[in-house]
Formats: sequence, structure tokens, C-alpha cells
Amino acid sequence: MSVKQISIFIENKKGKLAEATRYIADNKINLRALSIADTQDFGILRIICEEPEKAEQILQEGGFITTTTKVLAAAISDEPGSLAAILEVLSEANVVVEYTYAFLSAKAGAYMIFRVDDNHAAAAALAGAGIKTANQEDLF
Amino acid sequence: MSNYFQPEIECASASEIRAMQSEKLVKQVKHVYDNVEYYRNLMDEKGVKPEDIQSIDDLHKLPFLTKADLRDAYPYGLLGVNLGECVRIHSTSGTTGRRVVAFYTQKDIDLWEDCCARAIVAAGGNKDDVCQVAYGYGLFTGGFGLNGGSQKVGCLTLPMSSGNTERQIQFMQDLQATILCCTPSYAAYIGETLKEMGISPDEISLKAGIFGAEPWTEEMRRDIEKALGIKAYDIYGLTESTGPGVAFECEAQKGMHINEDHFYAEIIDPETGEVLPEGSKGELVFTSLDKEAFPLLRYRTRDICLLSREKCSCGRTLVKMRKPMGRSDDMMIIRGVNVFPSQIETVLLKEGYSPNYLIEVDRKNNTDTLDVSVELTPEQFSDTVKDIAKKEHDLASAMTTMLGISPKVHLVAPKSITRSEGKAVRVIDKRKLHD
Repeated sequence: MSVKQISIFIENKKGKLAEATRYIADNKINLRALSIADTQDFGILRIICEEPEKAEQILQEGGFITTTTKVLAAAISDEPGSLAAILEVLSEANVVVEYTYAFLSAKAGAYMIFRVDDNHAAAAALAGAGIKTANQEDLF
Repeated sequence: MSNYFQPEIECASASEIRAMQSEKLVKQVKHVYDNVEYYRNLMDEKGVKPEDIQSIDDLHKLPFLTKADLRDAYPYGLLGVNLGECVRIHSTSGTTGRRVVAFYTQKDIDLWEDCCARAIVAAGGNKDDVCQVAYGYGLFTGGFGLNGGSQKVGCLTLPMSSGNTERQIQFMQDLQATILCCTPSYAAYIGETLKEMGISPDEISLKAGIFGAEPWTEEMRRDIEKALGIKAYDIYGLTESTGPGVAFECEAQKGMHINEDHFYAEIIDPETGEVLPEGSKGELVFTSLDKEAFPLLRYRTRDICLLSREKCSCGRTLVKMRKPMGRSDDMMIIRGVNVFPSQIETVLLKEGYSPNYLIEVDRKNNTDTLDVSVELTPEQFSDTVKDIAKKEHDLASAMTTMLGISPKVHLVAPKSITRSEGKAVRVIDKRKLHD
């Protein structure tokens, strides 16, 4: 149970982020979630979208460097302590979390995206704790 | 007290110098032909025999040597004596590919130290001076060269080597150093540190500084002179010839006198190799007239420069060279280290990166900075910052090993480095190095 995330190398230059998102928009691909990791020199734009293969192809044709990573999308309930509970489950399963970000949609509900070192171990641990992880189609 | 270390040479008449040079050259060419197979082959290819060289006027008949020859002949191919006669080596900082190892007999070291002693005396040094040598000691020629010269003059010599600036200043104050020898950028840095420590130039005893191994401007000279309360003298040299002291500045501060009893200088057209008349701008070529272990004949320095025999107010008759005005190759001198763009390219290809790169050199707070931007390839991209930062770090380490100085590496998007139609612009040097 994992979803495909596309990561895009974005130079710290005016207009670069707009350029990348414009390619996606022009191809009528809907973004569900995104996060940006930034450093002094560059940023990494990470997106979850419909038709990830198509999105990656058009970005590459536009000259962007991309990579696809499988990440976990864990459903999260709207109450205090639910994120802490998920992280404790992962920690107990010795899963290392590289990064995480959240998104909320009216249709699909609230999810936390986790990039971990071991998707299988993480998904199994979450399932064991009764926490649902989503497939790509669950999110749209 | 005499203002000259060896007045019989430094103030000899032009005809005396020329006679001396001719006599030494004839002997040297024979020595090289008999003992250095590599150069003998070059002479044979050109159809020149030792007996064709009867005086300095015949020098132009001899073949040139370049850095490429030094690389081909590495390490022993240009050795003029048995290894058993050698007592030391020095080496240029830099890479396996471009490294130069020079050998010295005891006599070679003696004449080198004489050259450095001439520079120190020309800067007003004598046996009552305290000479602080803050050039690096080791394979680099700076520290040992000036150290030897300083002892020959009879100065109390402080072999500080470079770095540890607070200790430098403490010794400078406690032992009342009067002469400082180091790179100009380090001298400027010492000046700034003094200011930060609230020590005025009046509180130290320095009167002169001998600075070389990297390009510096007149403006930098004035700044250093003011910051340290000294007169600043330029010194020129290269490991291939011997090290610092090939040429040195006198009180006139208008060009450097070449120790031409040991190193004969020519100016050539870098394109054709033709010897140019005095006063022409061209590439500087040196012939070692009496070095035994590493006797390079007609070595092309790639420094663009001009020579002058105009009468100097100091009384020395030794020919003067201007501070080099550029290079006839793409070598850069960064923090005193020779760097070629090709070295950076070699590392990139070896580490699996694209050869699209841009080198930016600048000088901030009197220290050279080196930034290398490299285009990322899809294979190297990762979704975590950690991975990319590690790649930048690993690439910087590989370059440090190759260059001897550490660059800052920036991975950039593909095709973001401008491609030019003709020759690619690989280097942007923002330093102002030449007046």
C-alpha cells in the first residue's frame, strides 16, 4: 500500500517553481499534495498527483530532472495525538522517517505522507495498529 | 652596510653577465645532453648538438620544455645527476597528473638560498634582522627557500610556517620580527587580525615584507604596507626553476631583478615560439644555467610578462621583469595553488558527472574562493536533500584531493550552465589580479 511521489529538482531561480507547476497544469493533471525541501542552492519539489507517469514524462520533456519514489499515505483522524500515535508505531517498528508532510482533501480526508526507509515494514506496522494506508486511487 | 648580498654579480656590467651566462650555458647544455636522455632526444629531434651552442646567442636553437614534458618525464626523466647526489625534493601543490617534482643537489640548494638572500638584502635585511618566515614549509618551496636565504644573510630566522595567526602575531611582537615573508594574501590577513586585536602598526617592529607565490596588485601592496607599517617587496619564482628568488624586487619597487647569473630569461611569442626583442610583451622562458639536479633548459613558464634593462635606481644591473600580466594557458593561481580547469573536468568524469561545469573564483576578505557549479544528471538525483548534499560533499572531497585546495561544489539543474557557440566559458575569475 503505497503511492507514487514525483520529486523535481528546482533551481533557486526566479520562476523555476512556476515553470514546473505550469507544465503540470497545462496537461490538466490535478495535484493532490506537495512539499518543498529547500537549501541555499536548490529545492526539491515533491508532489502527489493523478497520472504520475504522465506527469513525470512531461516534466522530463520540459528539461526537469525528476525521480519517482514510493511513499506511504497514512489516514489521520482530526483529533489531538493522532500524528504522535502514527510516529510511535513507526518508531517501535524501527522505521526511519526521512521526511513527512500532510494534506487534506474534502473528498479523501486527511493524510500524512511518509517517506521511510522500509515501506513494507512501515505499512505492516501501521496496519497492525489499525492505521489505514492509501493506494494512489484512494486519494483522488 | 651593503645593500647587496653579492654585489659582484648584482652590479656586474652587462658584458660581464653575458660572458658568465655564455660560459655557464655551454657547460650546462653539455651536462644536460650527456645526462638527461629526455632532453637529448628533444635536441636530436631538432638536430642540435651541444657544440652548436657556443654562447648565449645560440640559446634560441634549443628546444623548449613545457609542463607536459615534465609530466611525461615524471618523476626521474629530467634528472641531471644520480639520485645519490640529490639531497632534497620540492613539489608543486596539485594533482597527480600535473604534479612537478624538482630535485636539488646541495649546490642547487646553495645557489637557491643565495637568490633568496639577495631578495632579503634588497628588502633592507641584514644579520641584525629577525626574519619571520610564514610561508608553508614542506613540499612547497616558499618556506624552505626563504628560510635558507634568511640564514645566509645571518638574520635570526623564525620558521613559523603558515597559519595559526595569533601565534604569528605573538612571536612577531615578543621576538620583534623586522621582516615578514609570506603570501600577500596572508600578509593582508595578518594585517586585518592585528587591527581586530587592537594592535597598531607602531606596536610591532616589522619594517619590510617579502611577498610572493600568487598574483597581487599595487592596490593590495599599498593596503598591506599601511596595515603592517612596512615596505612590501615582490618576489617571483617557480618550483620548476628552483622556487622563490628567481627574481626579486628592490627598493625602487618597479619590477623584479632576475637572478640572471643562474636563470636566463627570454620573452617569446607564445604562438610561434619566436624570441621577441627586449621590451616586448610575451611568454617568459627560463633556462637554468647552473642547476645540477633539475637543469631545465628553455622552460616555458606560461607567464605573460616583459623584460627591461633600463638602469635601476638601486644600482643593480640585473635585468628586470614586470609582475606577470597574465597567462598564456588557462592556469589559475588560487590560494597560492596552481589550478587547471582540466583537473576539475577529470574529477567530474571520473565521478560520473557531466562535463558541464562553471568555475567561479573570487577574493573575499583577502582569501580566494573557489566555487564549482556542476550540472546534475537524472541518475544522480534523489528525493532527499541529504543525498544531494552528500553528493556535493563527496565531489568537493574528490576535487580537494586532486587540486590541493577545497572548492565549494554546487549541483545545478541540467542545461542551466550556459553553452556557448565556440569555446565554452568554464571560468569566471572575479578577482582583480593585474593592474
